[in-house]
Amino acid sequence: MELTTVWFSLIAVLWIGYFVLEGFDFGVGMLLPVLAKDDTERRVLINTIGPVWDGNEVWLLVAGGATFAAFPEWYATLFSGFYLPLLLILVALIVRGLAFEYRAKRDDARWRARWDAAIIIGSFVPALLWGVAFANILRGVPIDADLEYVGGFFNLLNPYALLGGLTTLSLFLTHGAVFISLKTDGRIRHQARELAARVGVVAAVITVVFLGWTQISTGSIASAVAFTAAALALVGGLVAILGGREGWAFLGTFVAIGLGVAGLFLALFPDVMPSTLSDGVGLTTTNAAATAYTLKIMTVVAVIFTPLVLAYQAWTYWVFRRRISVDHIPAQPPTPATSAR
Amino acid sequence: MDMLDIVRWQFGITTVYHFLFVPISIGLTAMVAGYETAWVRTRNPRWLRLTRFFGKLLLINFAIGVVTGIVQEFQFGMNWSDYSRFVGDVFGAPLAIEGLLAFFLESTFLGLWIFGWDRLPAKLHAATMWIVHLGTLFSAYFILAANSFMQNPVGFEYNPATGRAEMTDFAAVMFNKVQLVTFPHTVLAAYMTAAAFVVGVAFWSLRRAENDEDRSMYRSAVRTGAAVVLVTGLAVAVTGDLQGKIMTEVQPMKMAAAEALYDTEAPADFSVFTIGTPDGRTEKFAIKLPGVLSYLATGTTDGEVRGINDLREEYVATYGTDPGAAYYSEGDYTPVIPVTYWSFRLMIGLGLLAAAVAAWVLMATRKGRTPGGRLLTWSVLALPLMPLLANSFGWIFTEMGRQPWAVFGLMTTAQATSPSVSATEAMISLITLTLVYAVLAVVELKLLFTYIHRGADPIRTDDLPPEQPDGDVDRPLAFAY
Repeated sequence: MELTTVWFSLIAVLWIGYFVLEGFDFGVGMLLPVLAKDDTERRVLINTIGPVWDGNEVWLLVAGGATFAAFPEWYATLFSGFYLPLLLILVALIVRGLAFEYRAKRDDARWRARWDAAIIIGSFVPALLWGVAFANILRGVPIDADLEYVGGFFNLLNPYALLGGLTTLSLFLTHGAVFISLKTDGRIRHQARELAARVGVVAAVITVVFLGWTQISTGSIASAVAFTAAALALVGGLVAILGGREGWAFLGTFVAIGLGVAGLFLALFPDVMPSTLSDGVGLTTTNAAATAYTLKIMTVVAVIFTPLVLAYQAWTYWVFRRRISVDHIPAQPPTPATSAR
Repeated sequence: MDMLDIVRWQFGITTVYHFLFVPISIGLTAMVAGYETAWVRTRNPRWLRLTRFFGKLLLINFAIGVVTGIVQEFQFGMNWSDYSRFVGDVFGAPLAIEGLLAFFLESTFLGLWIFGWDRLPAKLHAATMWIVHLGTLFSAYFILAANSFMQNPVGFEYNPATGRAEMTDFAAVMFNKVQLVTFPHTVLAAYMTAAAFVVGVAFWSLRRAENDEDRSMYRSAVRTGAAVVLVTGLAVAVTGDLQGKIMTEVQPMKMAAAEALYDTEAPADFSVFTIGTPDGRTEKFAIKLPGVLSYLATGTTDGEVRGINDLREEYVATYGTDPGAAYYSEGDYTPVIPVTYWSFRLMIGLGLLAAAVAAWVLMATRKGRTPGGRLLTWSVLALPLMPLLANSFGWIFTEMGRQPWAVFGLMTTAQATSPSVSATEAMISLITLTLVYAVLAVVELKLLFTYIHRGADPIRTDDLPPEQPDGDVDRPLAFAY
């Protein structure tokens, strides 16, 4: 296999890792107002992802960095082209990340309510926009002969891309609900299970339409296989959650998102960012790539360190494997908020 | 403002802001890991209290460093796409490796530390903080290697067919001679910054402590912190001196700009303070140290230091007329002199001042004394700001001193921006991010002051972390958001 193909695959793996992991923590964040009735329940939900959300987010940073190193032209065109959506995602990730850390730092209902809003909106915006961004990449965008995006902001808001956004949004909601059912106990667990089944049906319909549309417009045989397997995994996950098999259900949504993203990358290959302009030049794994030397160095580093990262991240999930219920939530530490004011 | 001004302001604001949190995170992870190791070794509750107290302050600080770091990585592609295309083959690699080696390590093990008090054996728990610290060091190494390439591009070849700089020697990029002095200088300054923070906080708490036990605990934090400030302060000066000599070799214009030295001199004096015309070309009053600039630049007190005018002629001969000359209005290849001149002095001055205050604190707290003099008190309370600001001025100096280049000798900053981004879009981004940073700064400071004011929590005997986790799944979490 050529090194450019290796790196296209590795970047696909990084995005898969990002979506299967942060997908559920976006879901948990969005479900905060739906599944929690009071502050203790909100804390139950937040603490299911407390130790791991930041590690999940690093998959995005590494995907970005790897794109910079392995396909500099792709990184440059994509990040400067999708400027305003990326800015929105950045702001969302900033306030969301701080919210987890700062929310419990003051015993003040208004303070917590604000950070709750930051978590909810900060999870919703990227969950929607990542789908919009990926759909636009697959659909092709106006890129001129200098490899510059020339489409502006509103070009990104087309029906196919919005459907892509709804796909990631609904999938992450489902994935999050299943995760909550797997990681909590008591009332929340049961409500999350019911919700996962209901949202999951909607997500399945949207996902099948979006993947079908993608397959018809840019698909290959390989992507068809991945999409079919993804749809089957999602249906399997739904069946499992209806039967109360939370672990299998989580495996189902996990695999469905992973294979769905894999299918999108397979449908894209060997393009990385096709152009819709007749006189434009689309980006491919060849014309966007770094030199063979850089790719070789990066390959050595990735081969050594990726297994290590996977091992210690898996270990973290093992350390924090137990279910959390309202009984596990310690009293809010007596913060000095009132005395300091 | 045009697009270039806007994206430069965004880069400057984001980077300086981000780097207020980074050095404290680098240094404080080591200090907290040290306190926790002392706790595990001695089981003296004092160390556990300090671990928890400074651990909380660390987390409040770390969070902003993390989230602003995302902007740091994305803005190269967003605002500087021509730069990214040009150097991505060289510059992208350390960034990607930083993510893979450092960010995963930091985020995962910090999560383990925060939530793992009752899940991990005590020694392993302390080890997780050391691993976080290791992650911050990896991060510093790779990002500084990337920056050093911008100061002194090595290990690459220009490919005229693609118009890109292409990496030919990864080891040369990783062990760039600029990097080899920049890394220790920056990391030592980070230790100094965090230790100054500890001294300021612990001194404030010491003055307010109500019993002997608390006083003794805070005093040990003040004294160990002050010792670290003093030792690292001297080491920062030594590494900074080495850095100056290498800078003179690879970027002589930056050294000339640091002194506003227009004409080549041997020996060259260092002015501590100058009042001149606003453009820095004519001096009206100055306090000078004879031969010191020669020493900083060459290591001898009578060495020749080349001036801006000579260097400008040489650069024009080498690189042609500066394409950014009109933009900078300083003339060919000349940085903005008042900025480089003052940032260089403020960096050195604030660093030395911090070391002096630390020495004074060590003297004044000898033999169990708790000093109460006003001047000392205010100096110690201001101490955390000194290295913090010195860091900022150091970065402002080194980045502004490289102008008009983005990558020295290869690409100017004016050539580096994103052609597809409009000034309006860039302005939306600048305003949005600046407002977000401002709000977060207020929130962060309020939280920090709240927790500093509260002091280290007393230890309850039923609240000690276990040496071995007992696996009880019904007990409430030791820590929860």
